[in-house]
Amino acid sequence: MGIQLSLLVTVVILLAGWVAGVLPFLKFIFGVILPYVALAVFAIGLIVRVLRWARSPVPFRITTTCGQEKSLPWIKQNKLDNPSSALGTLGRMALEVLFFRSLFRNTKASLKDDRLVYSVDKWLWFFSLAFHWSFLIIFLRHFRFFTEPIPFFVGFLQDIDGFFQVGLPIIYITDVAILVALTYLFLRRIFNAKVRIVSLPSDYFPLLLILGIAVTGVLMRYFLKTDLVAVKEFAVSILSFQPISNELLNKLSPLFMIHFTFVCTLLIYFPMSKLVHLGGIFMSPTRNLANNNRMKRHINPWNPVVAVHTYEEYEDEFREKMKAAGIPVEKEE
Amino acid sequence: MKIYDGWKIILGIVIGIAFFTMPIWLNLSSAQSKVKPKLVYPTDARQCIDDKDYMNHYHMDLLNYWRDSVVRLNMRYVVRNGVVLTHNGQKLEMSLTLTCLKCHSDKKNFCDQCHNYLQVKPYCWDCHVQPKEALK
Repeated sequence: MGIQLSLLVTVVILLAGWVAGVLPFLKFIFGVILPYVALAVFAIGLIVRVLRWARSPVPFRITTTCGQEKSLPWIKQNKLDNPSSALGTLGRMALEVLFFRSLFRNTKASLKDDRLVYSVDKWLWFFSLAFHWSFLIIFLRHFRFFTEPIPFFVGFLQDIDGFFQVGLPIIYITDVAILVALTYLFLRRIFNAKVRIVSLPSDYFPLLLILGIAVTGVLMRYFLKTDLVAVKEFAVSILSFQPISNELLNKLSPLFMIHFTFVCTLLIYFPMSKLVHLGGIFMSPTRNLANNNRMKRHINPWNPVVAVHTYEEYEDEFREKMKAAGIPVEKEE
Repeated sequence: MKIYDGWKIILGIVIGIAFFTMPIWLNLSSAQSKVKPKLVYPTDARQCIDDKDYMNHYHMDLLNYWRDSVVRLNMRYVVRNGVVLTHNGQKLEMSLTLTCLKCHSDKKNFCDQCHNYLQVKPYCWDCHVQPKEALK
């Protein structure tokens, strides 16, 4: 059921983008109003989600991590998996954010001769790493459309990405990688029964949406070319708050409008979906807290205020009686 | 409600939002964001190999096809509908230098205008000699 619904919604967005590419009135709404709505929803939504997580109390450091914690000097600490310093925590976060270290521990459960067997499974890690890095590089490469002058890193990324110089326009490695990786991630949800049974529309839809963006992008680059000068003028105008003429809008092809509508949908959908793990990963309590429970006192915020009677106060109260009974005291007076 | 590690989280949000809105800041801080490519078309030109829309969108495909035809198949002349195209009585060669650049000789004000605007770095000039005007 989830997959039909996701597919339906994706097709509706595709058709909306295509119709917007044909009808001038809709083109204005989808081309000029929608991007600003999308940018605002994306930015504000992301901030709201992160602040909502940030308001959670942090009563102590979660120590169920995957290595030896700091202990006696002759026991070797695993400084990256169970750090006790800020630098170590930064290292653990970097490995998590940049290389998905947790996912690298992914295992696969299967029945072999009626026995439950767990085995190593790196495919999910590999393809999701390929997908995320491709997406980042593609986003950064798109700065050639977003800004004038073009930032220095675009040329560098293009050279690396098109290293093999296959075809013309040169086929980018990330373009191939993102399509292959998304296909894997999608087929995994369909053909792996254990994953399919826990998959919801909100799992299929982001994949289809991003697949839609990637496919329309690849089509425009390699097969059904569009007027790139117009696309850039349009993008720069949007991103520098300049008015956009109807003449310019008319130059944008329906295929570009589909691509663009998908991207705006992604931005709007982002903060209210699982995709917000972009911000969430930085808020992972098992990753971003140094294990210093034994070195630093962390006060549980919902502990009630307890009236305490310290030993010093106790002694002050009963000093004379203690002395009379011959009990040793710390302070004589 | 208290925010634990508040300044770190706020810093993270600021960096994150700054990253995703970078194009806006880059555009707003540069006067060049209003510059658009200005193409100078040859004034003495009669007609191009194909219509303007096709050339605008697909010239790279055409040039790639030409290169493969000439270099790999030794087919040197532009053939359409089984007939070799001629121009001023001469057979039209599949050649960037001998055909395209004959009319579009001003590389700086033609090719480079869009290519620089869109960070396209064609490797035509790895083999082809650049037209003299561009080298000045």
